[in-house]
Amino acid sequence: MGAKHSGKRGFLERTTSSFVDAMEHAFYAERTARVDGLLQRIDPRVKLVGILALVVPAAASHSFAVILGLFAIAVVLAALSHVSFGVLLKRVWIAVLLFTGVIALPAPFVTPGKVVYHLPWLGWSVTAQGLTSAGYLVLRVETAATLCVLLVLTTPWTHVLKALRVLRVPAVLVTILGMTYRYLFLVLQSAHDMFESRRSRMIGELTASERRRVAASSAGVLMSKTFDLSNDVYEAMLSRGYRGEVAILDEFRIGRLDWAMLSAFALVSIAAFWLGR
Amino acid sequence: MNQINPNGGAPPPAFELSDVTYRYREVTALNHLDLTVNAGRRAALLGANGSGKSTLLRILNGLCFPDEGTVRFCGKPLTEESIQNDGFGFDFRRRVGLVFQNPDVQLFSPTVFDEVAFGPLQLRWPPDQIRRKITETLEMLEITHLKDRSPHHLSTGEKKRVALASILILDPEILLLDEPTAALDPKSASHMIDFLVRAKDSGKTVITTTHDLDIVEDIADECFVFHEGRIAAGGTPAEILSDEALLRTTGLMHSHLHVHKSGQVHAHSHLHRHEH
Repeated sequence: MGAKHSGKRGFLERTTSSFVDAMEHAFYAERTARVDGLLQRIDPRVKLVGILALVVPAAASHSFAVILGLFAIAVVLAALSHVSFGVLLKRVWIAVLLFTGVIALPAPFVTPGKVVYHLPWLGWSVTAQGLTSAGYLVLRVETAATLCVLLVLTTPWTHVLKALRVLRVPAVLVTILGMTYRYLFLVLQSAHDMFESRRSRMIGELTASERRRVAASSAGVLMSKTFDLSNDVYEAMLSRGYRGEVAILDEFRIGRLDWAMLSAFALVSIAAFWLGR
Repeated sequence: MNQINPNGGAPPPAFELSDVTYRYREVTALNHLDLTVNAGRRAALLGANGSGKSTLLRILNGLCFPDEGTVRFCGKPLTEESIQNDGFGFDFRRRVGLVFQNPDVQLFSPTVFDEVAFGPLQLRWPPDQIRRKITETLEMLEITHLKDRSPHHLSTGEKKRVALASILILDPEILLLDEPTAALDPKSASHMIDFLVRAKDSGKTVITTTHDLDIVEDIADECFVFHEGRIAAGGTPAEILSDEALLRTTGLMHSHLHVHKSGQVHAHSHLHRHEH
């Protein structure tokens, strides 16, 4: 292989490292979901419905104070559920600010209204209404994303999927999503091992054409492996009596805390709708 | 097996294969094979890799069907048509369980609990019975602590035990095991062997594929040696293990370098039932 030497991390290093990152994210989420915090103690169905009940007014409210209040509630829930603010800052708040900020950036300049500032060199006007629109967008997305991430970080993903049944999501879809999640890790591990084995046999960095060839051949091998795996899994399902219809065992139980939290979510949601109308 | 023969004689064999041939395109995996496994017996299918053992297990589990020849399950024809018949198919899946060699294939559910519940749910057991049986099965295999874990967090030994639990919960009369001790560490392998030894008193028919000759006498009452898609020999474990020429021809025994405590290195056959 015509490898060239470089001090920078190569294509294979970056790819294997991104596989490891993806797995670490998932493992972190599963670890947090097992911590003894407030949200972790709630039935996943109550949590799913409750979080949705807060996300909808956050998206629909016309009051800055109400959205800010919902954001504050999300922060308090995070603290009571032992979710690290560092993780929220890195994965949600900064990421959302950057992503939504790009979308909201033109709003202060293109929204008509009272001019509050002139950009000295470009001569563009910044309007109060434009700043308010941009502020609403960023705050709404920050609040909704924080609430959704709290749901995922405090609930095992498998429970989130099962809880979707309460929203009448068909059992077959829940099962497919569950299997996808299950085998994602196996395929990820397989891809990681393939790239590691290549790394262990080469020195230096690959050229651009070699990188493309490695990526294409790896994708092909992975696809072929996945196809074989799917056939084997289907046989394993048939072997245990699968005949085309999916059944799921619901092992959730609603207790006092769940009812109390459901009531609290409902009250906050109704109040947010009323105050932010 | 608790089946009563209507004619009053001995019950029919659990499986009866006659002149079975199975091909993967141009490769012949099973070649005019005849085999009978009687009910309540523990049979070991011995053979080197690629000798057709796993294909045979898939045929016995009604997952694929021979190109030629016939398979009978408890006296009834086992065909693609019969297994699609609701009555027969339902009964067959309840009575025959297969533990795959690769546990990742078998553990497709998001958690261990869901995995063990999958079979009973397909067979429409009542939810309370499923929950009770899950608890009993996990306790029996000493894996209750894994109940809420995802399969990708488990070791190979744990995965194998969960795969076994997912079949044992159905309490099948016939248990098919594909290389149950492959890739296991000694402790996990010994757990699996202990289970197979205990199966002797359960009255179940247990058919195990393996190329591990060290465990054969413990897990089987009879052995069938596979070679190139046929049965090269059959007999008791003692008879088969004493036939060194047969084991060499079929790739189950070979010579390799061996280091003794004294530091002496020499080559001898790879059957580890020896003492120094």
